[in-house]
Amino acid sequence: MITELGHFALILALFVAAIQSTVPMIGAARRHVGWMAVGRSCALTGFALTALAMLSLMHAYVTSDFTVINVIENSHTDKPLLYKITGVWGNHEGSMLLWVFMLSLCAAAVALFSDNLPPALRARVLAVQGMIAVGFLLFILLTSNPFLRTFPAAANGNGLNPVLQDPGLAFHPPFLYLGYVGFSVAFAFAVAALIEGRVDAAWARWVRPWTLASWCALTIGIAMGSWWAYYTLGWGGWWFWDPVENASFMPWLVGTALIHSSIVVEKRDTLKSWTILLAIVTFSLSLVGTFLVRSGVLTSVHAFATDPERGTFILLLLVAAIGGSLTLYAIRAPSLKGGGLFAPISREGALVLNNVLLSCGCATVFLGTLYPLFLDAMGGPKLSVGFPFFNRTFAPMMVPMIIAVGIGPMLAWKRGDLLGALQRLWVAYIATALVLLAMFYLTYGGPVLAVLGLGLAAWLGSAVLTEVAERVRLFRVPLGDSLRRAIRLPRSAYGMSFAHFGLAVSVAGFAASAWDKEAIEILKPGGTIAIAGYELTLDSVTRIPGPNFVADDAAIRVTRDGQLVKVMHPERRFFPLQKQTTSETSIRTNFLTDLYVALGESDTQGDWTVRVYWKPLVPWIWIGCVIMAFGGVVSLSDRRWRVGAAARSVRRAMAEPAPAAGE
Amino acid sequence: MRRFLLLLAMLLLTTVAARAVEPAERLADPALESRARAIGSQLRCLVCQNESIDESGADLAHDIRMFVRERLTAGNTNAAVIQAVVDRYGAFVLLKPPVEPATYVLWYGPPALLAIGLLGTLVWLKRRQSAPAETTPLSADETRRLDGLIRGNDA
Repeated sequence: MITELGHFALILALFVAAIQSTVPMIGAARRHVGWMAVGRSCALTGFALTALAMLSLMHAYVTSDFTVINVIENSHTDKPLLYKITGVWGNHEGSMLLWVFMLSLCAAAVALFSDNLPPALRARVLAVQGMIAVGFLLFILLTSNPFLRTFPAAANGNGLNPVLQDPGLAFHPPFLYLGYVGFSVAFAFAVAALIEGRVDAAWARWVRPWTLASWCALTIGIAMGSWWAYYTLGWGGWWFWDPVENASFMPWLVGTALIHSSIVVEKRDTLKSWTILLAIVTFSLSLVGTFLVRSGVLTSVHAFATDPERGTFILLLLVAAIGGSLTLYAIRAPSLKGGGLFAPISREGALVLNNVLLSCGCATVFLGTLYPLFLDAMGGPKLSVGFPFFNRTFAPMMVPMIIAVGIGPMLAWKRGDLLGALQRLWVAYIATALVLLAMFYLTYGGPVLAVLGLGLAAWLGSAVLTEVAERVRLFRVPLGDSLRRAIRLPRSAYGMSFAHFGLAVSVAGFAASAWDKEAIEILKPGGTIAIAGYELTLDSVTRIPGPNFVADDAAIRVTRDGQLVKVMHPERRFFPLQKQTTSETSIRTNFLTDLYVALGESDTQGDWTVRVYWKPLVPWIWIGCVIMAFGGVVSLSDRRWRVGAAARSVRRAMAEPAPAAGE
Repeated sequence: MRRFLLLLAMLLLTTVAARAVEPAERLADPALESRARAIGSQLRCLVCQNESIDESGADLAHDIRMFVRERLTAGNTNAAVIQAVVDRYGAFVLLKPPVEPATYVLWYGPPALLAIGLLGTLVWLKRRQSAPAETTPLSADETRRLDGLIRGNDA
């Protein structure tokens, strides 16, 4: 019964979304206050309905209702409760429902927190979000319905892929989707602005918090996925330039560019049409990403053909959303005139450079991801595009960007003093030189690029700290004055510094992976492996039962100079239902290096393959991502998003007579 | 089959490793083994998503690893070993796509795009610099209101 409730709620949500996408739009064109207000109530109702649908599917999973096909295919009574709940989005149908739920959450948030928006803009934004919801709800109901039943009930379900039964991966999709879908708000604002033909500083100010929030969620989502790969796969890889990863990385790159270009719109009233384009492209890439992953087209272009119904629907949705918005852009963008002038060497210039490099980086990833598919579809040779391609094309673009990130914030708006900025960064040169010299000395004969990468990280990190020190005039004025300045600095300034510093930390983590060490041996109990000054002894392997698996648990004693460091417990888990084995690695971290142990197969004589890796600075990759996202949150908490200029510009907008309503 | 493909696509990586590069596979000669690892990291496991054969736990990856080591023991150069693998499995096995007419767009696209982007931006900035500051003409509504203001009665 509850499943049907969810099903009906989803159908109702479609009708509500249909109203939301039309009535407020007409109302905004005709200046009809009542019609415009419909958008808000629709958004809130739509949220309640999709939440109901989501909850009822969760209910079916938790109670293991094996009359629901989706539950049979993806769940099992023995599965732990956490994975019964997160299994809801561990499959195509459920994840599309999660997508729509997140979309309605964003629309409801816009409806609730947009009191300072001109009513017409708000109505149009909500209408555009309604249109996206219509498309996705139709897609779910017509081709990917998770509520379908079957009778008689199955005795039990097929279970969830054991690899997905992991806390890291359980929460990876919601964050990723929140990021993807959050960009729909920026997209809706962009389309609404194109319809109105008006983009100004106030518009940028409204869009930025939404973009920032989505960007934070996407950052965390990507980091979680990469961390999961790191500890699950048994050899410590964390990024593969695999199409599914690239699909989430592309919106992140353009989204980062969008955050930066909307700063220019807000502060200097220029780069408007570029920013609008970025907002459209960011969400379009989120859509492409969702579908690339979900349609199976990545594995093979032919998977698309085996499921023509979904495939065609997906294509139509993409064409409508991306084609429609770009057409509107082509018609309206030329009328958006840029305001403030600036010299190439200026804060704006630096932000433009950031945009060029990030956009080209994204285009490179796009090309690397989709070119093999394109070639295959054209009947060309089958190609793989792996890390060697991206290391040669993408990485070189990011090097100048990271160097520029250190300098950009030191430049003044309009006309910057590059020489002055470079002079004020002397501390950063010394820090970089020291790190470079020390690393060359310590790793003499090792990979040179890794040393340079670490130097790059040192440069960025110290440049960020120098910039903060400059702002508070550290050591130039009495310490108390500096402290007072530090307290008065806006949160958005700190947000930027945190985010940039996080990037430096991550870059250090990426670079240091070149110094990884590995030792793989077949051990009998009592056997030892030596790596990077540690000695690991396999004490014993015991069989332990788990909720839906049996585990071989190894006790591996780690000593250093005869001193016990830790007893590590890597496991191999066998899931009888899926007849699949997963590896539960054991990682000992001191936040500088990870000691990573995975248990491999055993032979009949009781020998075990043990893989040990020593990975310097690898935790910094994810620590850096968390710092970046934290920077975004700090910036979000800036008080100017809540009070002040935004409210003033609304008053101004309301005091003005409405612009001609002919659009 | 379709569900299988979906699952494949859904996962960041398909195979559960902890099996990659087995100790039993290793060659006795460390120099030869390190060459095998260097080659292995450049070759793709054909049934995985962008994993190299050294990283993958799939049976096929094991077969290719053994093939590489056989060839190396037979005295082939690195390039000859890679060519032998390509002859067997096609260019798909290379993680680094070959530079050939079919991949010119792939290889030269990114640097060309960057060059166009940077040049275009410079030209745009220069033109903006030399052009007189653009002003948006007032809309009919705004002109009317301004006229009203000048005449002293606010529209």
